[in-house]
Amino acid sequence: MTTPALHVSHLGEEAVLFQCDGPLMRETQARFWALEQHCHDLEMVQACVLGVHSLLLCLGPDATDDAVCDHVSRLWETLTPLEPSDTVVEIPVRYNGEDLADLAHAEGLTPAEVVRIHTATEYIVFALGSQPGFPYLGGLDERLHCPRRASPRVRVEAGSVAIGGGQTGIISRTSPSGWHILGHTEIELFDENRKQPSLLSARDRVRFVAREGAA
Amino acid sequence: MIRILKPGFYASVQDAGRVGYLSDGVGRCGAMDALALKVGNAAVGNPDTAAALEFTFGGFEVEATRDIEICIGGAPIQAKIDGKPIHRWWAQTFHKGQRLSVGPCASGMRSYLCVAGGIDVPTVLGSKSTDLKGGFGGLSGRLLKAGDVLDVGPARKGREMRPKGLSPREFPDLFRDFTACPTLLFIPAREWEDLDAANQRKFLDEEWVISPDSNRVGYRLNGVQISPKVHKEMLSHGILPGTIQLPPSGQPVVQMKDANTAGGYPKLGKVIEADMSVLAQVPIGKSIRFAPCSIDEAKIALRTQNAHSDRVRKIMNGLRNIA
Repeated sequence: MTTPALHVSHLGEEAVLFQCDGPLMRETQARFWALEQHCHDLEMVQACVLGVHSLLLCLGPDATDDAVCDHVSRLWETLTPLEPSDTVVEIPVRYNGEDLADLAHAEGLTPAEVVRIHTATEYIVFALGSQPGFPYLGGLDERLHCPRRASPRVRVEAGSVAIGGGQTGIISRTSPSGWHILGHTEIELFDENRKQPSLLSARDRVRFVAREGAA
Repeated sequence: MIRILKPGFYASVQDAGRVGYLSDGVGRCGAMDALALKVGNAAVGNPDTAAALEFTFGGFEVEATRDIEICIGGAPIQAKIDGKPIHRWWAQTFHKGQRLSVGPCASGMRSYLCVAGGIDVPTVLGSKSTDLKGGFGGLSGRLLKAGDVLDVGPARKGREMRPKGLSPREFPDLFRDFTACPTLLFIPAREWEDLDAANQRKFLDEEWVISPDSNRVGYRLNGVQISPKVHKEMLSHGILPGTIQLPPSGQPVVQMKDANTAGGYPKLGKVIEADMSVLAQVPIGKSIRFAPCSIDEAKIALRTQNAHSDRVRKIMNGLRNIA
């Protein structure tokens, strides 16, 4: 595979954003995982924010952007992509979500088929972001892709397992959301009192496991 | 200790913010007007990053449960201790049993009550700032309410508790009012080039009105419709406070201190750090304008602002008493 083109832009006076455009590919994300690991050790970098097909580098006030950009562009060409980690996290889900029936109907499937497809895949955590511990998961079966709700719900409970566009994820904090809710989990994705506050890390493998019973 | 009698519209504990957890989806939070926090902390001899109380629109009342040294900074307000007017940007003793009551903001939006020793709440993930979305930091991760009592840390030893403060003549910027429409400098971001010349012009010419559904997460702006040449589907990437996004509505949103750590809307630019304190004080319903600037200009502006607050610290540390 040829190296995908890396786009470099500034985000303010102290940050540089490195991005690859879609479509979403695990091979491209694997390069960003490796890039992030390299950039962590750079003296001029204060913070690395991994995104989907992207890495945002916050630089110190004295860093020279050109030097960082040159260095990262060279790394991008030469780095070895990282594989997903060996960690597999099982998320028990009660598939009783308020949008399960509607989503199934929209896709021409039965609710049971939606659950079967959703639980059949091993997902990879591409990155965390947006909410504490919220995972951007890659690997959603195309049969379950579904545009977001026309009007977002004002309140979606933490622990809701949902689909938005071509992504699936677990809402980690009660918040507004336009995603379709398939079910609920009691697993805590983020606990600020844990040594590692986020349950998941980039590159982890995630499996959803259907559990019986009402929420 | 400080007891909250009336919290006003939206009050929380904030320090200089949480760094190092963006990759976990945890935002920076922290004082919206970072300069006011810095100057207020300098006035009472605290480190720059000490936690203070952030109030919105004024209209709050607190009581001292022991003698403490305080400084009120931020928006122009009428403040009184037991009915006697006190000055902004002025360090003074707030005696046990006294009440500090503050009227509505004359202009501006956010006030800071800095206390020698800092507001002492548990440090969570490296900061005392309230993260409402996360539900942690500050006082139990929530807004302050009447009856709350906040601990105060130990003040630096050897400080004289003599009232002293800053004068409008010497620091006109700290006493500015926010009734005029300020021009905020921004550094263009990747999708700025996705606007044609006419739409770039519209963005720069417009006096953008800050919409009522603005908050610490983001400022929604109302004005002329901005349309990019192409509508891009974007993947979620890291964003920072100050990022100016353009959602499909064509009405920009400026991310503020409680910003999401990731977003996928096109980015027109990022407001420079030095101007974020001004934006934090522009009240809902008032307007702002934007002008582009270079990275070098932004860095110089921030250095100038930092030099400014360093000078305040020197003055208030008693090297020179201008009272």
